[in-house]
Amino acid sequence: MAELLLILPGLIEATVKIVGLVFLVILPMVAYSVYAERRFSALLQDRVGPNRVGIPFTKISLAGLGQPMADGLKFILKEDFTPAHVRKLYYWLAPALTMVPALLTCAVLPFGGYLKVPFVDEPFRLVIADLDVGILFVFAIASLGVYGIVLAGWASNSKYPFLGGIRSSSQMISYEISLGLSVIPILMIYGDLNLGSIVQQQHEHGWALLPVTLDGLKPVISMRDLALLVPLSISFVIFVTSLFAETNRLPFDLPECETELVAGYHTEYSSMKFALFFLGEYAAMIIGSGFAVTLFLGGWSLPFGLGSDGSDSLFWGLVGIGTFFAKVIGFILFFIWIRWSIPRFRYDQLMRLGWVFFFEIALFNILLTAAILMIFRQS
Amino acid sequence: MDVLFYIFSAIMILFGLGVVVSRNPVTSALCLVVSFLGLAALFIQLDAFFIGIVQILVYAGAVMVLFLFIIMLLDLKSEEHQPMNYMAFAGGVILAVVFVVQLASVLSSFKAGELGFPLQQHELTLAENAEGLPEAAQERMAEEKLPDVHLVGRTIFTHFNFPLQVVAVLLLVSTIGVVILSKRKLT
Repeated sequence: MAELLLILPGLIEATVKIVGLVFLVILPMVAYSVYAERRFSALLQDRVGPNRVGIPFTKISLAGLGQPMADGLKFILKEDFTPAHVRKLYYWLAPALTMVPALLTCAVLPFGGYLKVPFVDEPFRLVIADLDVGILFVFAIASLGVYGIVLAGWASNSKYPFLGGIRSSSQMISYEISLGLSVIPILMIYGDLNLGSIVQQQHEHGWALLPVTLDGLKPVISMRDLALLVPLSISFVIFVTSLFAETNRLPFDLPECETELVAGYHTEYSSMKFALFFLGEYAAMIIGSGFAVTLFLGGWSLPFGLGSDGSDSLFWGLVGIGTFFAKVIGFILFFIWIRWSIPRFRYDQLMRLGWVFFFEIALFNILLTAAILMIFRQS
Repeated sequence: MDVLFYIFSAIMILFGLGVVVSRNPVTSALCLVVSFLGLAALFIQLDAFFIGIVQILVYAGAVMVLFLFIIMLLDLKSEEHQPMNYMAFAGGVILAVVFVVQLASVLSSFKAGELGFPLQQHELTLAENAEGLPEAAQERMAEEKLPDVHLVGRTIFTHFNFPLQVVAVLLLVSTIGVVILSKRKLT
């Protein structure tokens, strides 16, 4: 009992963070990124998009901001049809297995520096689990996401889903390698696997892709950081492209390619089970953007080392949270923009790109980073 | 937190049984994945975060995905109706007995009391004796956390550099072998 009382404050803190981040921020963001996707694509194609649904029973439309609620309601009310030829257990398990890993990875995502709450001495760290093996945790959990798609393809027991599932798993396994290799230069430079301290270092010395600090009003950049920009930019390009492939987004959405495979691995799914695949994909996209921002674009920190990490004032803590989510939203819009501007790759082109180009370039990039670090070694 | 140990051990054993008992290869493979996750949780309870996460990353995330991939391409119906192979069964039982005997012999010579308790303190003093750890690892140790990733890396790349290179060559050989086998034209 005494032991329980000892861990109780930590338990409450963790619960508040989990509920706050996952249920109050990420899930609504998932819903609204679907809305953003529809509005943005309409903009690019010179259409109007969903702009009618607002507050029910009134004429207030709020530019269609009620649309995600209506969509959610529609998914719940639709008939949940299970085809007779499916393998029941795995058919039910698959949607959950895509959603859960996508949401689990946000446990190590630092969504702010510190939050100094009045009347509490110790400032709260704005991360659910401050793991020292943060990045490895992300890759480990994200690699479990393949199971949902593989199982969906297999359990549906029909041809198109099966082909979609096979395509998806080989694509994800291939691109996981370039994704992992592209992060290694970051680890070499910061010498740490803890995402929180990687962001802290970027806060003090400038972002990975913007290593500039201000001395008064004069920008300062060291030769070492300037040289490291070359491998870091290559890493960033590989990381972002692999992220598109990992999250099955266009131009790499071969697993659910409509013109060839109907809807790929979720062809046989309906109602909320289909919605879980759909939302899992968007959740993976949001959290993937979160990691791109954390690793390369300074996470919660303002550019040029401005502001503080929020360990002494509530204001800067809130600014940190705002900065982080502003960057993430920017990144999601970039995802959407790419989807509606670039045509789909062919499957053999996709595998070629992953294995013949990115894999080698990422390996070479690690050597390049090591060479630069050797030259500028502080003795 | 002994409770967590029992929960994860139970998960491991139950799903381990599932691997053996189930007649459907896909169910077996998935049970093995859950069993690996339980094992990873046990490693993490022992403060071996790195080993725990790598367990998930390598076995659950990579090896088993490929296993599952291959199983799904096979015809499962014929697999499920195959009669039990008694030789394989006997082999499995013998292997398990040998392992238990070995485990017992190791445990009988292991004196837990001499290492001091908690075990973490012992690990920390060992870690302090390690030379040339980077700044990030030093900070961890000041907070009484074990910088296990740094320690593992340093040990492998300084003391066991040659074996590591040999393992790397071995992996390269097997990769090239696979490529040659799969590209071989059938005559």
